[in-house]
Amino acid sequence: MTTLLLIEQILNGLQFGVMLFLMAAGLTLIFGVMGLINLAHGSLYMVGAFAAAAMAAWTGNFFLALVASLVAAAIVGALIELTVIRRLYERDHLDQVLATFALILIFSEATRWIFGSFPLFLNIPDVLKGTVTLPGGIEYSVYRLTIIVIGLAVAVGLFLLISKTRVGMRIRAGENDREMIAALGVDISVLYTMVFALGAALAGLSGALVGAIQSVEVGMGEPVLILAFVVIVIGGIGSIKGALAGAILVGLTDTLGRTLLPVVFGAFMDPSSATTVGSALASMLIYILMAGVLLFKPTGLFGSA
Amino acid sequence: MPDSILKVSNIEKSFGALKASDGISLDLVPGEIHALIGPNGAGKSTLIKQIAGGLKPDAGSVQFLGHEITGMSTAQRARLGLGRTFQISALAMGFTVLENAVLGAVGQSGSVFRFFKPAMKDAALLARARSALDRVNLRDYENVVTSELSHGQRRQLEVAVALTLAPKAFLMDEPMAGMGGEGSKTLTNFLQELKHEAPILLVEHDMDAVFACADRISVLVYGKIIATGSVEEIRAHPEVRVAYLGEEDAA
Amino acid sequence: MLRERYINILILAGLVLIPAYAYFAEEPFTITLATRAVIFALAGVGLNLALGQGGLVSFGHAAYFGMGGYAMGILASHAQNYEPIMEVPFLIEGTNSMPVIWLVAIVMSALLALVIGALSLRTSGVYFIMVTLAFGQMFYYFTISWPAYGGEDGLSIYVRNQFPGLNTLDPIQFFGICFVILLAVLFLVDRINKSPFGLALNGAHQQEERALTVGINVYRVRLVAFVISGAITGLAGALFADLNRFVSPTMFSWQISGEIMIFIILGGVARLFGPVAGAALYIVLEHFLGGLSEYWFIYLGAILLFVVLFAKGGIIGGLSKKETGRAG
Repeated sequence: MTTLLLIEQILNGLQFGVMLFLMAAGLTLIFGVMGLINLAHGSLYMVGAFAAAAMAAWTGNFFLALVASLVAAAIVGALIELTVIRRLYERDHLDQVLATFALILIFSEATRWIFGSFPLFLNIPDVLKGTVTLPGGIEYSVYRLTIIVIGLAVAVGLFLLISKTRVGMRIRAGENDREMIAALGVDISVLYTMVFALGAALAGLSGALVGAIQSVEVGMGEPVLILAFVVIVIGGIGSIKGALAGAILVGLTDTLGRTLLPVVFGAFMDPSSATTVGSALASMLIYILMAGVLLFKPTGLFGSA
Repeated sequence: MPDSILKVSNIEKSFGALKASDGISLDLVPGEIHALIGPNGAGKSTLIKQIAGGLKPDAGSVQFLGHEITGMSTAQRARLGLGRTFQISALAMGFTVLENAVLGAVGQSGSVFRFFKPAMKDAALLARARSALDRVNLRDYENVVTSELSHGQRRQLEVAVALTLAPKAFLMDEPMAGMGGEGSKTLTNFLQELKHEAPILLVEHDMDAVFACADRISVLVYGKIIATGSVEEIRAHPEVRVAYLGEEDAA
Repeated sequence: MLRERYINILILAGLVLIPAYAYFAEEPFTITLATRAVIFALAGVGLNLALGQGGLVSFGHAAYFGMGGYAMGILASHAQNYEPIMEVPFLIEGTNSMPVIWLVAIVMSALLALVIGALSLRTSGVYFIMVTLAFGQMFYYFTISWPAYGGEDGLSIYVRNQFPGLNTLDPIQFFGICFVILLAVLFLVDRINKSPFGLALNGAHQQEERALTVGINVYRVRLVAFVISGAITGLAGALFADLNRFVSPTMFSWQISGEIMIFIILGGVARLFGPVAGAALYIVLEHFLGGLSEYWFIYLGAILLFVVLFAKGGIIGGLSKKETGRAG
């Protein structure tokens, strides 16, 4: 294994990590402010991807497609918040899980009904195709690099939003004390809808960005949702910082594990069984990481006791 | 003075910059009601948690019946005989009164890992539960679902569940809260009887009740015990008047 | 409560009479549907012990369902190929005997539940849901990437396993086996619910602080309940694999965890027969709505949403006019 290949894999891990961050940030924000666990977050990811694919097919413009993913996911998010989700804030977690699971069933089947079962494809625009030479002579995909930049920009934006703006102040107040924020005269239900739509938009954007690398299909959201849960468990719930750290950790662990473990096992096994054992173990690595965090810090790396 | 049942020595606990327990020592001797009073935010509930379990002190120790219990879990302390009642009733609201009492008996008897014999047909468990209910006059309500009890009855049931443990000491967090004059008086009389079985560490807001029933009083202010003594001594204590009673008068 | 008992008897009667009718009417497909309902009910009864009685919202019970399934698949595939599972340090051979397979399925899923439970129960609330969901997914990916037993394609068993004295390939006889197991487990779980252990489990669900202060080691109680729960769902997995004569990573998927949960909520949480009623209803819906539309999950989702938002007691709750079971 060469250093160049290793650096490329690290960048891939970073790219995977920032994508997970876009999902996990919304989930953890929604949990922190409203105390809600939202399984349908993966559906919003899917909605974003399908909206982008449809817009790209119609206009041929990738950037309009990204805008469409944000707008569509935000609108759908606001709609389900207004119709279903807000009835769940006072309910227990079991009800939240079941109701949002019901939403997954409805969204997945409705999408299949509208778009069919075949995957759609979203093409990377010409500007972002090809590779760029990074310092040190590493050739790296422009598109993936763009994703990393977008993800980090969103992270910075979220930190600023929460720490510097009036809306952010309300979000922080809402996390600590719902009654207090109501007493401040803030219309809490509008704030909740906004936070939910913001989380939805991030998930939708993430779906569209990943959709251009993989394919856009029904059921694409849930595996990412579960990974985002792993991220949150590792990072600590309700913390944007934890979500970012957890996401990058999971992204790097998974990507590097898949590359390195077969090599490591190859040192003392024949190549074919090294590949088998290595990749089977790699598929479990992030969950083992999660188990380790649970053993030593059950509230997550950045979680409060 | 007789040997103490419960002994708290130099407990310290900080939350960031806030010293919630700043070198607290106190003890509980047989046959007494020892009341702990202090203004809001003095660190009473932090202290209670360190005695009952659930919060580990940064330094200092808690001893119960000569055992070092500082590192023990809440359940282990309970099995040693530390009975507890809560400020806000912590009862299984969906259970009947009798089921709540039997739950206490199950914990006490160590029969938790019995899977086959119905708990509500176990003569030993039922006898223990019913005798506790008898003592707080709730026997007639044994088939009532707990959520349908009045506030005062829930407080009585709290005490009954603690009684099923046959405790060697009680830790009572504001048992009189919201009881009303009559109920408060009945409970005070009951506690006067109970203290001879097992001494009571009583955290209470109601000053009249404290002065009426406590044998000793400790005053906790800003994480420190500023005075311990008899009712008369505490009434006359200048620092206490300023720090606590003064505030009460002003309010 | 009396009314609930009549409803329970009615549910059991329906589960017996429908396949009996199908047997005489020579409709083996209906018997297979009833068998599916019984097996799903068993999986739900397992989860309900943890979820209903204990308040442990496990979204990862597919792990035990799948483990039971693969216990059957691995043992039977080795018996089918006449290759031992391992020879060193001692010989373990495959088997096609159902009782042995069940035992292995129960033990393996109990062990798995012990490990997952010991880790997950260090957390609570939303964390617990996310952690159990994640561990379930781990086995899904593991079975996909482990090629020895079929990987992504799964594993077919050509002949149903054997039960002494019965012809297990006869649908009605296999139904009978599954039904008797369900009855036995219902009896067992009922006893557990009423035992001191059940009281402690449910008491800790309603008021953890109280359970602790009467000296109950809540963590240990929950862990034991979680292990029993996982073992029952694992047994259901082994039967399900035998019904289909096929196992695949799908048995480990998060959708299965969700479906097992749906059985409980449709029937009524923390009611002994809740999962039985729920699983039966699920099969009926699958059959009739699935016949109406390819996209019947939309209707299922809508029904589930309605039950969660407006009809918390599920079917049994609705019929017996009592909002909730003891768990409150």
